[in-house]
This record gives sequence, structure tokens and C-alpha cells, in this order.
Amino acid sequence: MTLSRRTLVGAAAALPLLPRTAGAQARPRIVILGGGFGGASAARFARDHFPDLDITLIERSRRFTTCPYGNLVLAGRKRIDDITFGYERLAARGVRVVHAEAAAVDAEGRAVRLADGSRIPYDRLIMSPGIDLRWGAIEGYDQAASARMPHGWIPSLQPITVLAEQLRAMRQGGVFVMAIPDNPFRCPPGPYERISMVADYLKRHNPRAKILALDAKNGFSKQPLFQDAWAELYPGMIEWRGASSDGRVTRVDVANMTVETEFGEKVRGDVINVIPPQYAAAIARNAGLAADSGWCPIKPESFESARVPNIHVIGDASIAVPMPKSGFAASSHAKQAIAAAAAQLSGRPVPEAVYFNTCYSHVGEDYGISIVGVFRAQGGRLIEVEGSGGISPRNAALPEGRRAEHRRLEALYADGWYESITREMFALS
Amino acid sequence: MVLRIGAIALMAALAAPAAAQPQPATLLAGACQGCHGVTGAGAQGIPAIAQTMTRAEFVAAMQEFRANRREATVMGRIARGYTDAEFAALAAHYGR
Repeated sequence: MTLSRRTLVGAAAALPLLPRTAGAQARPRIVILGGGFGGASAARFARDHFPDLDITLIERSRRFTTCPYGNLVLAGRKRIDDITFGYERLAARGVRVVHAEAAAVDAEGRAVRLADGSRIPYDRLIMSPGIDLRWGAIEGYDQAASARMPHGWIPSLQPITVLAEQLRAMRQGGVFVMAIPDNPFRCPPGPYERISMVADYLKRHNPRAKILALDAKNGFSKQPLFQDAWAELYPGMIEWRGASSDGRVTRVDVANMTVETEFGEKVRGDVINVIPPQYAAAIARNAGLAADSGWCPIKPESFESARVPNIHVIGDASIAVPMPKSGFAASSHAKQAIAAAAAQLSGRPVPEAVYFNTCYSHVGEDYGISIVGVFRAQGGRLIEVEGSGGISPRNAALPEGRRAEHRRLEALYADGWYESITREMFALS
Repeated sequence: MVLRIGAIALMAALAAPAAAQPQPATLLAGACQGCHGVTGAGAQGIPAIAQTMTRAEFVAAMQEFRANRREATVMGRIARGYTDAEFAALAAHYGR
């Protein structure tokens, strides 16, 4: 049997939901915590397809600046306003948007407690809280240090414009140093797109400058494609050092603008971008949702917490390997989590889980690359479907006449992805 | 009324015990929507997929992508992750 969109919506409207003690009381309450790629996508999907659910979205900020495309702001190819959105249209569609700081989750009492002391009760909570930076994991790197050595990794904490201004002000022929963390972290290809977009800027405005990327691991997402492109587009400008070449940064010295590696080398930078190690946001850790790793284990068929009942954890905060911590992945988790929550609230079986991700990266003008993955829940685990997915073909695998066109199309499609997913999340289409 | 009948039929179908329901097209389509847009209208050179193909054409296109017989950037890599039954469900969702 094929379920068309119409029958699904109709079914959701007509199916009996949980019997409620108070008779004529309101619809089952789904509360979504966090209005990023996971949370906003969850709210939109729930509102479109499950009219019998009451949907509340708690998000502290009135405006949301995306992490994706922040690197294009760094390159000067996008403005911060181009990547900043509001929640008005989601609200106009019937999502109750609460702009407040969530202080804690009361899992026993099934309510979110806000900073002002008020409580928002839920039948199911969808948590999409994102990440926190592990201040102090790199010695000397705390919030104060991040003003001088920006991370540019959590837009609500520090807009990418802070790093962009430092890049613009860098002396001619200066050195842009990056410290990149070990896995897992938000947006696995992000640091390498950042290297590329900084190089794109420098090539045009500061061509004698260099980029030194110090990495705490030995390999990275889409590595051959990035490194081919760097050699092709920015010859001699970029040096990338992995962990086995003493790339792990263990300490920073803000006063002297140096970073220190595992084996004690001190490296001076004119601009220093430190992307520190990360973990799930505090509200999730404090609610007992996280494992010792600091990330939140989930049941792969529904993204329900493996630890706390009636809570789903989606997006970067969850442990969803082999899926990457990406915005697209978060939106994929979101839809399954909403469908699963709706099914469970009405006593129906959870639909089969098929998840999807595509991460595009811009590496230069009209030059885009991608990684794709299709994932399924199988035997209590998330697995990538064999034979599917993978990265764009390398130059050698593309006919010569097709290479430039392939890269140009992927850059164009990256822009299309960004437009489509943000329009969906913020209900602009 | 039509919706009601569809829903009752669906409820009957769901009454049989099952470990997991086949993924409804609305969920499968989430993958498509990320790039092709929530309505399937396309964006920035990404083609429109809603109401642009018959169901048969839609399934044929996906099968060609999967078999590497149709030029693509990402669609071949994507199509290899899905079954024929899922192509059919998506074709019913997007086809005309």
C-alpha cells in the first residue's frame, strides 16, 4: 500500500491519539527545545503533517544565524543578513514559539522549566539543543580567549563576523592559523570548507598570506577532494598538518598569539581560529541524557533517548554515527522523531527509519563538492546503506570536459540546498 | 469524506501487528525536500520534481540514476540507497 501525502495527513487527523484523563483537554503536547536545523525542521514537519498535535518550540533567540554558509560570510561572498532568519512564519502556521531561556528539563514531571521559573509541560519532548564548546579542553582557551582567537563555531555565541573582521585586518603576507578538533564534532567538513573560503578571500585580497591548519586527527571528511582543490586553486598557500605530524593543539597563549602543539612546538599566528572540542549542550547533559562522552545515546529507529523516557534527542547533540553532525542530518532525525512520537502517542508502530544526509562544501568560486549518505536503523544500530552515498568523484574519475561543469553544478546545488532547507525550516515556502 | 474513508482504510491496514510500518512517502520525501524544496519546486538550478514526471518516468529516472546510466552529480549516490518499493512510493508522491 502506498501512502500518499493526502492519506497520511488525513490519517493523522482521524486516528485516535492517547486517551486523556481530562476529556475535552487539548491535543497531545509536543515540545521542541532548540530552533536550529533539527528543532525548526521538527516544528515545520509536525505542523504540516500532524494537525492533532499541539506544537511548542522553545528557542532563546528571536533571530537564528545558520552555521552553514558562515564560511561564505568569511570569504565575503555572503552577508550575515543573508544567513539569518526569524520564526514569525513558523508561528503564523500554528507553532507556538516561546522565546525564552530553558533552564532545565524535569523528566519526571514531563515539563521544561524556563529561566523565569515557569513550566512548559509536554507529552513528548524533542530536544535539539546543539553543542557547547569544551572551554579549557585546550589549555588557556576559555570564553575570554575566544574574543582574541575566535571559534566562529556557534553563531549565537559568537557571530562569524568576529573572525571575518580579523581576517580583513590581517597584515599582508600574514599567517592564518587554525586549530581543528578530533572527532566527533559539529560539521565534519566545516573546518576544511573554512580553510578553502579563507584561501578564497586571501587569494583576492592578501595573496602572499598563508594558512596553517593544525589538526588533532589524521584524516578528514572529503579529504582527497579538498586537497586536490587546494593544490589546484590555491597552490602554496595552505599547509595542513595532521595529528601524526604534531598537529594537535594542546595550549593557547593569547597574549603572545601563539598555539602550542602536543610535542611543544609554539606556532605564532596573525589571526588564530580555534575550533575547540565539543559536547552536547548543557541542558541535555544536565538532564541525564548524555553518556560519559558528553554526547546523547539514542534509539536509532526513533531518536528517543536511550536513557530518559518520553524525550527524543536529535541533531548534533545525539550519537548518530555513522551519520555526521550536520544540519541536513538533524532535519532528517527531526522528521523521523516527530513521526515516531506521533505514532507512540497514538499507540501505532513507529514507521521504518530511513535517514538521509548531503553535505555540500564550497571550495572556491563555482567549485563545490559533496558527501552523501543514506542510513537505516537495523538491529538496534544505524547503518549506512551499502553501495550508496560517498563523495563526489575526484578529478581523475571525471572526463576532462565534464570536470569544471561538475564542480560548478555542485556549487550551484549547494546554494539550492541552502535555500530549500532554510525556506522549509522557517516556513518561507 | 474521501479523507475519512482513506483514514479508515489506513487504520484497518495498521490494525495488523507489525514491527515497523513501511516508511510513508512523506518521510521518504524528506530526503528529496532538503534540496528540491518542501514543495518539490526546485531551487537554484536544482530541478523541480513535483508534477513534472509521470510515476513511470519518475521510477525510470531513479533506476537510471541507481544504475549509473544517467548523468548526475549526487543523484546516483543517493538512488543507490533506496529500494524499488521506495521509488514507487516517491513516484506516487511526486508524479503526475
